[in-house]
Amino acid sequence: MTEPVYPMARQCPFDPPPEVTRLRDQPQVSRVPIWNGMRPWLFTRFDDARVVLGDPRFSADKRRPGYPVSSAVALAEATVEPTLLIMDNPEHDAVRRLVLSEFTVRRAESWRTRIAAIVDGCVDRMVDGRGHGDLVADLALPVALSFVCELLGVPAADRERFRRLTHDMNVLSGTTETAGAARQELQDYLESLVAEREREPGDDFVGRMIVTHVRTGAMDRRTLAAMALLLLTAGHDTTANMISLGLLTLLRNPAHFAALRTDDPGRLADTVEELLRYLTIVQRGIRRMAVEDVDVNGHPVRAGDGVIAAINAANRDPARFAAGERFDPTARPHGHLAFGYGPHQCLGQSLARVELQETYRVVARRLPGLRVGVPLERLRFKSDMAVYGLHELPVTW
Amino acid sequence: MKIDLDPTRCVGAGQCVLTAPEVFDQGDPDGVVVLRDPDPADELTEDVLAAADLCPVGAILVADGGDDR
Ligand code: HEM
Ligand code: SF4
Repeated sequence: MTEPVYPMARQCPFDPPPEVTRLRDQPQVSRVPIWNGMRPWLFTRFDDARVVLGDPRFSADKRRPGYPVSSAVALAEATVEPTLLIMDNPEHDAVRRLVLSEFTVRRAESWRTRIAAIVDGCVDRMVDGRGHGDLVADLALPVALSFVCELLGVPAADRERFRRLTHDMNVLSGTTETAGAARQELQDYLESLVAEREREPGDDFVGRMIVTHVRTGAMDRRTLAAMALLLLTAGHDTTANMISLGLLTLLRNPAHFAALRTDDPGRLADTVEELLRYLTIVQRGIRRMAVEDVDVNGHPVRAGDGVIAAINAANRDPARFAAGERFDPTARPHGHLAFGYGPHQCLGQSLARVELQETYRVVARRLPGLRVGVPLERLRFKSDMAVYGLHELPVTW
Repeated sequence: MKIDLDPTRCVGAGQCVLTAPEVFDQGDPDGVVVLRDPDPADELTEDVLAAADLCPVGAILVADGGDDR
């Protein structure tokens, strides 16, 4: 029998692959084969995953030979201008600190009303006339894309191009070349946008970074463009997938969906955290490479070994989460790993929380009769993409 | 309860502000963690310990009040 290749196939569209869950519940840590023949260690338990993601002796630099990259398309991240995601310290923190102030909890809160208005606009267009639509094309993508464009100050008119290029960077059937070409095209686009804005910087992320960092020499044009590229791509695809998959989950749990109509901000926040934990859309694990020998809670890893933190299995570890494999927003989960852990923990998480809270809230209030328009078996889930979600979500209301 | 912050490690993920907003803040202009309340009331102890656990880079260290560590 040939050994199944990580991340293995799902059985239930809402659960991690059973094989991965089974590995978590065994006492030993295993090596697993991945797409390119490498055999990294797979860490599936919560405590172990936190060590892998938090210990500085694990590198995130995909340019290192032997790094257990997740796919051929992911390898393209190492071929164009490097982003925060593949930098190690001290470089990583130095670059991240240049942009931190844009992503604080307070700054994210200040976007709440505007985000609600974007969602309302999409729902207005949906209810105008028809009684059916596609929650991905009509709501999830436009909300996530319009918002990130506004945040950065890139033209919303180019939304379709950003969506297509992001898709090409993340579709697992692509090659390093096709993904690299998409990445290069977006990097070039953003470099010329920065060059243009240097003359007249606007009151947006790109404009503010030009004034505070590019003009002072702290950041060059290419680094700012790479940062904008990361924010644009990491910032909309993930959120859009959480909007569609989260709403599908809520529609299958009508009492929890209805509870969002009560205007209880605590319940809304807990529901978002629980959906993030339960769905953990970063489905191929977060990869690292040991640059020194590390002892991971008693399991020895040697310098040069590749490792994977299977955050989807770790997020259902019964040793940490009372709800375990169940979806239960009343269990008040804290500290899930859906945004990662350690120095690379999601920079946009406070914004993502506000986007998800406002989208679920507005939809629960304005579309109380929302239903999925096709049987579950007919839905196309994104097993073919780096980040899990739905290709379409046909609905009626 | 004694709170020790290491702002040089902070990556601004905001877990602390989300968990114990009475005690932690993200300062101006750089967005790095600052202590709003160096000696929080007892009822906040649980939140402060949770924040220390959740901080992804271990920038928050908490020592119990009683013994001087
Ligand atoms: C629900 C939505 C989101 C999820 C599930 C998510 C998930 C993640 C995860 C797991 C990481 C860590 C990757 C690693 O350790 O290698 C990450 C990093 C990152 N995310 Fe998010 N993200 C979301 C939304 C956003 C948004 C809205 C933005 C920006 C507007 C954003 C920007 C970033 C950036 C810049 C990084 C890299 C941080 C670093 O390397 O220091 N993300 N995200
Ligand atoms: S949780 Fe840690 S990294 Fe995040 S803002 Fe607070 S101190 Fe900084």
